[in-house]
Amino acid sequence: MSRRALPVRLKVGLARHLQVALASLGELTRRPLSSLLTALVIAIALALPAGLHQLVVNLGKVAGGWDGAPTLSLFLQLDTQPAAAHDLADRVRTLPNVAAVDYISPEAALAEFRERSGLAEVIDLLDENPLPPVLVVQLTRGAERTDAARLQADLAAMEAVDLAQLDLAWVERLQAILAIIDRTVMVLALLLAVGVVLIVGNTLRLAIAGRREEIEIMKLIGGTDAFIRRPFLYTGLWYGLIGGLLGSLMMVVALALLAGPVHHLATLYQSDFRLTLFEPVTLSLLPLAGALLGLLAAWFTVSRHLRAIHPGE
Amino acid sequence: MIRFVDVSKRYPGGHEALRHVSFTLPPGQMTFLTGRSGAGKSTLLKLIALLERPTSGQVLINQRNLATLRRRDIPFVRRHIGVIFQDHRLLMDRTVFDNVALPLVIGGAPRGEIDRRVRAALDSVGLLGKERCLPITLSGGEQQRVGIARAVVNKPLLLLADEPTGNLDPELSHEIIDLFARFSEVGVTVLIATHDTALIERMQRPVLHLEGGRLLDHDGPLP
Repeated sequence: MSRRALPVRLKVGLARHLQVALASLGELTRRPLSSLLTALVIAIALALPAGLHQLVVNLGKVAGGWDGAPTLSLFLQLDTQPAAAHDLADRVRTLPNVAAVDYISPEAALAEFRERSGLAEVIDLLDENPLPPVLVVQLTRGAERTDAARLQADLAAMEAVDLAQLDLAWVERLQAILAIIDRTVMVLALLLAVGVVLIVGNTLRLAIAGRREEIEIMKLIGGTDAFIRRPFLYTGLWYGLIGGLLGSLMMVVALALLAGPVHHLATLYQSDFRLTLFEPVTLSLLPLAGALLGLLAAWFTVSRHLRAIHPGE
Repeated sequence: MIRFVDVSKRYPGGHEALRHVSFTLPPGQMTFLTGRSGAGKSTLLKLIALLERPTSGQVLINQRNLATLRRRDIPFVRRHIGVIFQDHRLLMDRTVFDNVALPLVIGGAPRGEIDRRVRAALDSVGLLGKERCLPITLSGGEQQRVGIARAVVNKPLLLLADEPTGNLDPELSHEIIDLFARFSEVGVTVLIATHDTALIERMQRPVLHLEGGRLLDHDGPLP
């Protein structure tokens, strides 16, 4: 057979691809329930790690975004007079990265301690107030960890300051925990990706078995492996793509369900933190990942099984 | 066109389907291949269609030794060979048109060309007007003719038919065989495996006779 001109071959090839792609999609809609179930399994396998990752990202924002702003507690020397403490507070207010400074007198601190600790009787036994005056320094939002540390050092060096304590330890611990969770999510994502490949592979294995006769005939009349493989590759691609889209949808719905309770919890901490429902990048990555996994699974399965089909009985 | 040189085929398990078979078929000749069931007719056809590989010996088509073909070249060689099966091997869920068009689609022919050649092929087997039918709605003879149209739509140089009249009554069988004769007249090499002796006698064509995997004497003019 004479080779056709390249433009003709390209045009015919493109039309053929489009036709096969649409035919494969049509094939899926002919068995809507089983196709949907397969796509749903893929969707769950993709949405689960993606959703968990999104949660971890959100928690990371709580921990790392300085939301509610970190505070520095300045414990002043016991003999500091209120007037001196107020002077100091005024000076601290002028420093960079400082949003607000509150003065807590030893008396106020003792009253609060008495109220909260339930040790009122023990405290009554004390001859004198053991608590120092305290300046609570609120840092501005967006202050970096290094800014906070520098400020802490500066304040600790001031006279009348006994101890400057940065409330950061919990943030760092939370971040460490989040790092572990994020790694766990990654491992989970890998396992589930393998799961997706196996699901698509198994579905296609059945499809190939069901169309064995057709494959044999195509081989008999000179169909290349690529030609015979193509519809199955598109089927895998569609499964992955539809699964990915459904997964994105699931993720949005699940996070939307969480948004209310999370916001409620945040208000309890005087924060106006809101769950980031989705980022467009994550949402578009999911169908892309699904499509790629579907294609990969189809390639492996079909290549393996097509070789095993010989047209001669 | 076809040349067998001392070809033997032994299947796994020890069954020897062909033993030291040698013959040559010239281009454009119509030849019958006959023998009892199990004599090796199907195996011989499968060796030509590249469905089986010989255990020893050489099969040549158009001076090309099939043993030198790589696996990925096989589809392209098959496109020059039209094969017709006793059980038709049609796609029952596709229309007659789609079935006949399949070899052209596989070859990447443009739409207009597919349309033209499928009609020409269906016309040559007398099925023009049945394009939109599903094969299942056709009679056995009509299905066989769809299979023939599919085999010739690519204008192959070689037509192989395995018991093409096996399920047909004598009248239909004659029609089908006459069809093959017409293709051979325009230069197509035709090899038909059959055990329909009445048919063979009527046609007066060269005959390859297989018995127990061996080629017996040639009846008629074989070079």
